[in-house]
Amino acid sequence: MTSKKKFWAAVTFLVLLHAVIVFAGFVAPYDPTSQNRNLPFVPPTRPHFIDTQGRFHLRPFICQWISRPQSLYEYEESHDKAYPIHFLVKGPEYKIAGLFSAHTHLFGVEVPAQIFLAGSDNYGRDQFSRILYGGRISLASGLLATLISLMLGLLLGTISGFYGRWIDELVMRTAELFLVLPWLYLLLAVRAFLPLYISPMQTFFLLVAVIGSVGWARPARLVRGVVLSAKTRKYVAASRGFGASDIHILRRHVLPHTYGVLLTQAALLVPQYVVAEVTLSFLGLGLSEPLPSWGSLLANLQQYNVLVSYWWMFIPGLALIVFSLGYLAVADAFLKRLQSTTV
Amino acid sequence: MKYLGRRLAHGILLLVGASLLCFLFTDLAPGSFFDEIKLNPQISPETVAALRSHYGLDQPTSVRYVGWVKSVFKGEWGYSFAYNSPVRGLLMLRAGNTLLLTGVATLLVWLIAVPLGIWIADHPDAWSDRLCRGGTSILLSVPELVLVLGFLCLAVRTHALPVGGMASVGFDQLGRWSKLGDLIMHLIIPVITLVLAGLPILLRHVRASMTEVLKAPFVQAARGHGVAKTRLLFRYALPAAANPLISLFGFSVGGLLSGSLLVEVVTGWPGLGPLLLEATMSRDLYVVVGVVMLSTVFMILGNFLADVMLVAADPRIRMQ
Repeated sequence: MTSKKKFWAAVTFLVLLHAVIVFAGFVAPYDPTSQNRNLPFVPPTRPHFIDTQGRFHLRPFICQWISRPQSLYEYEESHDKAYPIHFLVKGPEYKIAGLFSAHTHLFGVEVPAQIFLAGSDNYGRDQFSRILYGGRISLASGLLATLISLMLGLLLGTISGFYGRWIDELVMRTAELFLVLPWLYLLLAVRAFLPLYISPMQTFFLLVAVIGSVGWARPARLVRGVVLSAKTRKYVAASRGFGASDIHILRRHVLPHTYGVLLTQAALLVPQYVVAEVTLSFLGLGLSEPLPSWGSLLANLQQYNVLVSYWWMFIPGLALIVFSLGYLAVADAFLKRLQSTTV
Repeated sequence: MKYLGRRLAHGILLLVGASLLCFLFTDLAPGSFFDEIKLNPQISPETVAALRSHYGLDQPTSVRYVGWVKSVFKGEWGYSFAYNSPVRGLLMLRAGNTLLLTGVATLLVWLIAVPLGIWIADHPDAWSDRLCRGGTSILLSVPELVLVLGFLCLAVRTHALPVGGMASVGFDQLGRWSKLGDLIMHLIIPVITLVLAGLPILLRHVRASMTEVLKAPFVQAARGHGVAKTRLLFRYALPAAANPLISLFGFSVGGLLSGSLLVEVVTGWPGLGPLLLEATMSRDLYVVVGVVMLSTVFMILGNFLADVMLVAADPRIRMQ
């Protein structure tokens, strides 16, 4: 595949993944906070196509999990009744983009049976739904934090590169300062020294602001390099000769060079920041219960019994890996494309 | 020489700036160590106020900063409220543990990545090249957290390795060699995680740098002269490719104290990571500042080391 095709394939893959997360309400069969206290730590439901008599059904069906007699957390399938999986069913209400409420879910089963595609946790909450809703939060933090970092980096890098001399010195020294402080440690220190007990919405924005403002230094440096080299071009001198203002030169001649760098940095920073948010939530310093976030889902694994016996609690990690792979593929493809088109 | 002197002075200025920044950050915090105690109705507000003034927490930031700097020069590096002792002893012990872990891991990463990268660069477009690119992509996408959790799970299930911690129960009664063996068993999981996390980036850089150099005309000329393969790779190509690698080595050394926070916390290795987390949760101000500053010192030292090595290795820099 040519580099152009690879690039668009990677981008499409990423967009599809994000669409699933954005439409979490539609794809997830249940509300992420609804509990089923009588079904804790249920293993993932297996859809079947062939029933006990050996007949093949086109529509997959599931069997209900019932507790094994005389045991607490062990389940087996009860083959009395087969619950077919219906698509586009009416289910719990959810909100699209916080505005429109809807009832339709992608799939679901009739009421006594529960379809736990990724198992359940100790409160009986459907992990699949929690992963999708948690993805919203983790991804949104990553994307917003990247936006903040890149905007700060673009602003400071451009000013530093374009105006030069003492502003350049000042900005670059500050950037070195931010680069030399160990990133995760600084994040931890800053986050911890913010009030521990604040509302989830505030925590979210604070978290995003902290992660984003710690990481502006590297993009700023790269942007500065690009701006410095663009400033020396002949057409910029010509433009000045024609009486162009600084803003005009920046907008038309210098900034377009930075787009490539910015996009590559974005593709590299988003997974880093998502992992940062996941780490903070895992350590208990990010968003807390009952808001799902991949970090707090993984935090369940800190308990010994969960780590050893319930393998499906690792699945949020898989989601994280898939997203990181997608972003890295885009970053790689973009880098190749940039290299092949750079003058 | 003057260049190095300038870099050193630059480093010291950076250190001072970093300490100011750190202090400022931790000071913007609402809340202090004694907030938890305030919740207890049996302790009167006057006692809390007296405690706060005893530790100097009600003084303005500048006064506290000067006091902290004086404490650093005295050799105490501040005072921990939770542990009721100077920060220095605490830090030294934990930093030693962390350095053991990250030192072993970094050594392994470099010992594996450099020869492997060189070998892969020598066989371009072979299966090894494709495997390297694919493998490093996958390893880069797996976050450290998932890796360490996975290994812990494996350890518990197979009962082959101790699950976390640094020493088994009854460590003191073991003989000298048994102690070493026990330490190694405890090191295995965290070290493997750190190695797998750090290998892909270095491998990619080594490979990219070597591939670049191997295309150069002087390498072709040397090959034409009949220089043997090993000598060609290590005495001709590697020194030319070493520039970015030396900077990376500086980063590696700089990250020795701060790179293993998550692994230490999850596996229970008693290093700086869990200390920072604990101090963070309980708002033990000077411990946090001390840990962050120590890591910053290492980072600055690492950069300085990279500068020194670059000057020694690359004649082009000496010419400037």
